[in-house]
Formats: sequence, C-alpha cells, structure tokens
Amino acid sequence: MLDDRYSLAFKLYPYERSADQDAAQPVRHPVVVVGGGPIGIATALDLGQQGIPVLVLDDHEGIGMGSRAICFAKRTLEIADRYGCGTPMVEKGVVWNLGKVFHEDRQIYDFNLLPEAGHKYPAFINLQQPYFERFMVERVRELQATGTPIEIRGKNRLDAIEVKDDHVVLDIMTPEGPYRIEADWLIGCDGASSPLRGMLGLDFEGRVFQDSFLIADIRMHNDDFPTERWFWFEPTHGAGASTLLHKQPDDVWRVDFQIGWNVDRKEEMKEANIRRRLDAFLGEGLGYDIVWSSIYTFQCRRMKQFRHGRILFAGDSAHQVSPFGARGANSGIQDVDNLGWKLGLVLKGQAPESLMDSYDVERCFAADENILNSSRSTDFITPKSKISHTFRNAVLQLAEKHAFARPLVNSGRLSLPCVYDNGPLNGEDALPEAPARTRPGAPCPDAPLADGFLLDRLGGDFVLLTVDADAPEHLDVGGIALRRVKLSVNDDTTGALAERYLGGATSAVLLIRPDQHVAARWAAFDESAVRRAVGHACGKE
Amino acid sequence: MDLNLTPNITDPDGFYARLIAAHEGLSDEESAALNARLILVLANQIGNAEILEKALAAAQMRKS
Repeated sequence: MLDDRYSLAFKLYPYERSADQDAAQPVRHPVVVVGGGPIGIATALDLGQQGIPVLVLDDHEGIGMGSRAICFAKRTLEIADRYGCGTPMVEKGVVWNLGKVFHEDRQIYDFNLLPEAGHKYPAFINLQQPYFERFMVERVRELQATGTPIEIRGKNRLDAIEVKDDHVVLDIMTPEGPYRIEADWLIGCDGASSPLRGMLGLDFEGRVFQDSFLIADIRMHNDDFPTERWFWFEPTHGAGASTLLHKQPDDVWRVDFQIGWNVDRKEEMKEANIRRRLDAFLGEGLGYDIVWSSIYTFQCRRMKQFRHGRILFAGDSAHQVSPFGARGANSGIQDVDNLGWKLGLVLKGQAPESLMDSYDVERCFAADENILNSSRSTDFITPKSKISHTFRNAVLQLAEKHAFARPLVNSGRLSLPCVYDNGPLNGEDALPEAPARTRPGAPCPDAPLADGFLLDRLGGDFVLLTVDADAPEHLDVGGIALRRVKLSVNDDTTGALAERYLGGATSAVLLIRPDQHVAARWAAFDESAVRRAVGHACGKE
Repeated sequence: MDLNLTPNITDPDGFYARLIAAHEGLSDEESAALNARLILVLANQIGNAEILEKALAAAQMRKS
C-alpha cells in the first residue's frame, strides 16, 4: 500500500505517528510542502527560518539513492549559505575550473572557467545529490532543536486533494492508514512526474528529445584522472555518440554516454553491457566499481502557470530541462529563494496575496530562459537533422584551429541566476552610471569587504544598501522593517564593490529584496522614493 | 587586410539557433541552396577580395 519506489541512500525521517492522525477534526497548517527532495526541504528551511510553521510530507523515509544532480552553482550555494548549510556542501564538494573538449579523439581546445575573484562561493561544485539533500536535512534538525517550526513526515503520501477558496484539504496515507489535514497554502515539490499536478489535472507541455543517455558513476581503483570536465563529441570508441567525464567527491566519476533513442533499456542496464561501454571508453584493464547507473531521457517543458490559487509549484514539478547546463536543481532552489520571502510576507499580513502572482511571472520567465539554454545545448550535442549535424561538425573542426568558433561550441551553458528584467516588482533605476549587472531585477553579486563578504551582510530581509550615501539606520514601511547596510569605499578592500555596484557613480542607495535581488537604485536616499519602491516590491499597488 | 578569426558574433547561441531553425523542414538540396545563398550574401557584405580569399582558405582548412 505504501511500497518504496526507490531504495534510500540515507534514511533520515522514519515514519512516526503524528497527533494529527488522532485529531477529531482535520488540523489546519499554514503551509504544507509535498515532497521532501532538495526543493521541498529548501522551502521548509526558508519558511521555517522566518518563523512560519511548515510541514513537509514525503512518501519515503529519506533520500533516494543515486548521484543524480551533481553540479551545484554559486547562486545555489549562496542561498544554502543563507539557510545555514552552504559550508558543508563546499567542504565536501569538488571545485573544478578546467574543461576540455574533444572531437573524435582529438582534443580541440580547453577552457578555464576563470571564476571572478571576490566571491565567498566558487562558480560551481560537483556533489552527489544525496549529500546536498543530507546537509539540508541536517540543518533542519539543528534548527528544530532550537525551536524552528519545521516538521518532516516520512511515509506520508498525499493521495487526494480538495481545493477550497482559501485552503486545501489533503488526504494522506500512512503505514497506519489514512488521515486528513488542511493547509492554507500548499507547495508542490514532488518532482517531474508530480502526482499533485496529476491530481489537479494540470498541463505540462513541451518538447521531447529523442535520445537517451546512460549514466555510470564509477569509483576508480587508480585515481589518476585530473579534476576537469571532459566532453567528447563523436568519440571513436563508439560507446556513445557523445561522452562526458566529470569528477565527484569520494573518487567517484560521472560518465555519461549518449546512446540513442531506440535502445533496450533492460539490456543496456545489465552490468556486463555497461562495463563493455566503459572499457571501450577507458581502455581495457582499468579497475573500477560501478556505484550507480541509470538511463535517462528528457524533455524541456513547463507548466503554463506555477501558481494555482493557494497551490504553488516549484522545481521539477513546475519545469523540466535537459541536464546540460545544470539547470534543474539549481533553478528549483532559485524558485524557493523567490517564493519563500513572498509567502512569508503574505502569511504575516505584510503583503497582499496577489504578491504570489509575481512568483509565477518571475519564475516562469526564469524557466523559459533555462529551457531555451538547455534546448540549445541539447540541439548542439545531439543534432536532429543532417544539416544540423553538418553545421555542428563544421563548428568543431573550425574550433580546433580558430578561436572564433569556440563560443559556438555548446556542451552546456552553466547555470546562472536569472535577472528579472521588466519584472513586476522592479522599481526605478535612477543610477544610470552604475553597472548593468546590478540593475533592478538582478541578483546581487558578492563582494569581499574588510570583514567578510557582502552577501553575508545582506542576509534574508529587506535591506537598504548604501555606498558612500546617507540614510536612516532603520525605516518602517507598512510593517516591514528596512535594515540599512552601510558601506563606504573604505570597506572595499579590492575595488570589487565599486566595480560591481558603483561603476561611474560616486554613491549608491540600493533597495535589496530578501532574495538578494536588486529592487531599485538611486544616487542618494529619498524617503518617499524608497517607501514607494518597498511597497511596489511587496505587490502593494 | 586580415580575416577576423577571433570571436566576433554577438549572442553566438542565439545566432546558431537561428541558423539551424532556418534549415528546419528543408530537403538536402534546399539546405545546400540556402547555404549557397547565405554565403553569397555574406561575401557581398565582406567585399574585400583578400579577406574572401583568406576565408576560403580557413574553410578549406589550409594555410592562406
């Protein structure tokens, strides 16, 4: 009745009977999250740390096996840092900067990501998804111990939903039978095949890519491969039409073979057949253990709307991309970053419910950007027509000799946070001399200060960031306490702050949203302008 | 005059996607004809015979 659909890497939330199961009337919760994966747990961390009680339901008792998502981007780590679990991720993760691109068997060029200096977090880490999830659940446990109102219920499966005007009624199945609860708000984080989306009969349209990929995570007996990302187009070993090699922690390597559309999955998943491909690729006689393997196909698609009244969708349940560019888990965490503060304000009565529509607008915009980028990478890696293949190989041939063709080589455009240009919450940009990268809608880039990093100072509430400008320390705007972060050029030890926030300007006042995106900016503090911008950023007009 | 062989295309991914999309649904002959027309249009934009000769050499993967 409640069989596991997959085996667990870590059993972290075993089933326990809840008082709700013995209540005479269904108990009402402010927020219920369906799905205890990375997006659901991040949602709980975000809301819980705002003091909002949040209940996570998961139909398993822990984290599923398999490395799955392995690339976590800077913005994800910055968000995790705000939740208090960024450090263990970076300590465990593998940092890489060097990539090599091969065509047939020749290396045609290499590239260095050359990450910009002056950020607390690296551009990317490679880390198996179960570790990423475990660090977040461990953070939940720490917070629970100090009274943060987060609850995770394992082996609690949502079986049916009834939608009311201002709440939902949930029928939940447990090993001890069914029970019923109510929720003011429901967040669907139950993955690409979202049962919740199915129960509501909602659309999930997009493009199917006719190709499959075989993943083999292997532990090398003799670890002498460098920490680099290697990508082969049309390798002559024939084990895959393209092949990717990527390092993870614990001496594990991700090998990803493109194996075509019409494959016998059962046959391909046999260990002997996986080894045949690996041996062709690595050369005979190299010792390794297969840690995990899987065959995946993919689609690029999204729901038309992420908000349906009191129900919000986040992560893969709302949008799905190809894996090239690491835009799945990373974009889901950005969904949470966008959703958390807005729902917090609405639940505290500090913003109208319509603020949640901006979640839909901003994150649909971001999903489209991610789908566009990952579709383009997929089209380059797996050309679908003869002429497309001809152009692709022409690019690769020219790239070996000429730098001009290299920007056209597309084996994945690595995930960057979305700039919400023309977003509904953006205020005025009254600082034209300042750099475009910190325009309204943009995520704040980090910068080193005399005593730490800028993003640590911004935190997770509304901030008035002043650089060589006067402003009051605190300002109450309709119940929202605006906190000033006061900086001057003296704090700017490397010049990065001026480069990223001032440009040609000599002073700056920026209104920063709780998700660390810029809402508006000016040269000097003007109380009425700031009040207007805060109201606008909270959806009050 | 020198042929520019350093990156010069604004929004390379967007251009590439547009190029492939232009060929969508065309037969092999139609695609070849589209390419021929495109080359002639671009050659006219370049104009300079020396650069065109160097471009031919680059495409033929030989030293100019």
